[in-house]
Amino acid sequence: MNPFSSAQSGFIDRIDDNLCLDAKLAIGVLEGFIRNEVNKVGFSKAVVALSGGIDSALSLAVAARAMGPGNVLALLMPYRTSSPASRNDAEELVEKLGVQSKIIDVSNMVDAYVNEYELSNIRKGNVMARARMIALYDHSEEFTGLVVGTSNKTELLLGYGTIYGDMASAINPLGDLYKTQVRQISEAMELPESIVNKAPSADLWEGQQDEDEIGFTYRDIDRLLYLLIDERWSVPEITSSGIELQFVDQLISRVRRNQFKRRPPIIAKISERTIEREFRYPRDWGV
Amino acid sequence: MRDVRIGIAQINPVLGDIEANVDKHLEFIRRAVDDKCGLVVFPELSLTGYVLEDLSYDVAVDIKSSAINRLRECSGDVSIIAGFIHHTSDHQFKIASAYFEDGEIVHVHHKVYLVTYGLFDEGRFCAPGDRIRAFNTKFGRQAVLICEDLWHPSSMVIAAGDGADIIHAPAASPGRGVSGSSQQLGSSRTWHDLTRTYSQMFVNYGTFANRVGYEDGINYYGLSQIVGPDGAILAEAPADEECLIAADLTDGALRRARISTPLRRDEKLELTIEELRRIKTERSQ
Repeated sequence: MNPFSSAQSGFIDRIDDNLCLDAKLAIGVLEGFIRNEVNKVGFSKAVVALSGGIDSALSLAVAARAMGPGNVLALLMPYRTSSPASRNDAEELVEKLGVQSKIIDVSNMVDAYVNEYELSNIRKGNVMARARMIALYDHSEEFTGLVVGTSNKTELLLGYGTIYGDMASAINPLGDLYKTQVRQISEAMELPESIVNKAPSADLWEGQQDEDEIGFTYRDIDRLLYLLIDERWSVPEITSSGIELQFVDQLISRVRRNQFKRRPPIIAKISERTIEREFRYPRDWGV
Repeated sequence: MRDVRIGIAQINPVLGDIEANVDKHLEFIRRAVDDKCGLVVFPELSLTGYVLEDLSYDVAVDIKSSAINRLRECSGDVSIIAGFIHHTSDHQFKIASAYFEDGEIVHVHHKVYLVTYGLFDEGRFCAPGDRIRAFNTKFGRQAVLICEDLWHPSSMVIAAGDGADIIHAPAASPGRGVSGSSQQLGSSRTWHDLTRTYSQMFVNYGTFANRVGYEDGINYYGLSQIVGPDGAILAEAPADEECLIAADLTDGALRRARISTPLRRDEKLELTIEELRRIKTERSQ
């Protein structure tokens, strides 16, 4: 299904042009962001969970530039069903960037829980993501490095991630970049082609592919999200431009349903000054 | 004024779902008709819910929209005050309460004092209203002020000075402050003090139409009131429950209050205007 088949090519080209970033400029901002945020809280090192996918590869590469490769620890945390190709890609990237690395097989940790119960793929995937979070934060303590996140804007908006799992981080350089922009910047940073070109996968079970699971390509999703979020187009405006209503409805409903994942837990208001409501210091207040 | 039974629909709107809220309005309108009310007052932003933030732009409607028309159509049986985000023709977004009577909108009030402090952030999303007016209805002269408008006594001076016999305060007042053993939320105590004191001092009937329910951790406590021109509480809603309360407002009671406490008769409007003009001139110098 091509939800843009009735849209005019000039219209699509304009969206694609706007989604296209000045990669050099963007990389500079991200690099400065990581260095500033890490140093500000008294750290000089960073930890990144590296799967072999494009998002974690980009986070790692930018962190290495920002902090120096010797100050960055890449944690490879395969489960026994994880793709060996991704593992190879991850190891290749570690070598290329010259960062420190450690392999932690989470199979025993995950299976200790999983084997107690009959878990669906989704539940098992969540357990894996949270097991990795435990190892990641534990190594953040050991390495005295801040956890640099890997969730991009597309995933955050779709809620395509595990809350308190892969969504957990101290700082997130990719959260305002759509998936297609992550790809563009990764190319500009000359990350290995095998990483840039592979089909996106959360790799939580064998053969899992993001675009199959979500039902649309990242290219189409990003075009629509860009119109909805960045340019604030209304649904009638979007559908009258030839984009399929069903696609629009499905995506909006997904973005809405997953709002909870993007916000801290809600606090029952009792007092005159409630955390997050009237008690609103910037996060940097704490440094 | 004409004698009239008025009701307050203390409801829990669904955040951001205008159609569901119209359905809820119609249900409470039917109940008000059954209860022989001539007018039913809904809380602030009753058609949209309160903590809208960016949703303000999505739920905003103009007064010709189908949601508004559905209310207009049933205002022959009972007059209605309902709240929404008004999307104006120049693309301003304003917190509004409209007065529906016999198939027409006879008045729209835009909230003048947007709350942008504490837990409130209205000024980030909405434009303020620029006028306060009383208006004529088949029951007499009335005025609508929305929530924070009432926290500025000047709003009441204008509404009463403009001849309103019934002054409505649709509100979305969150509960906050449970200190000590007051057995009452700090915010509800302030509201009840306001409603009673204003009605007594400006000698008018007053409504405080608050909502109930929770939004993003904020609790709206209800406790809506209808107050007489002597400050007497004529009807009071329970806390936290959706309900319809009603009271009979009579011209006779208003007449007696205006005789025994002739504050309106003695009000020196000209003096107030002159002094305010002087203050304005001196401030601008």
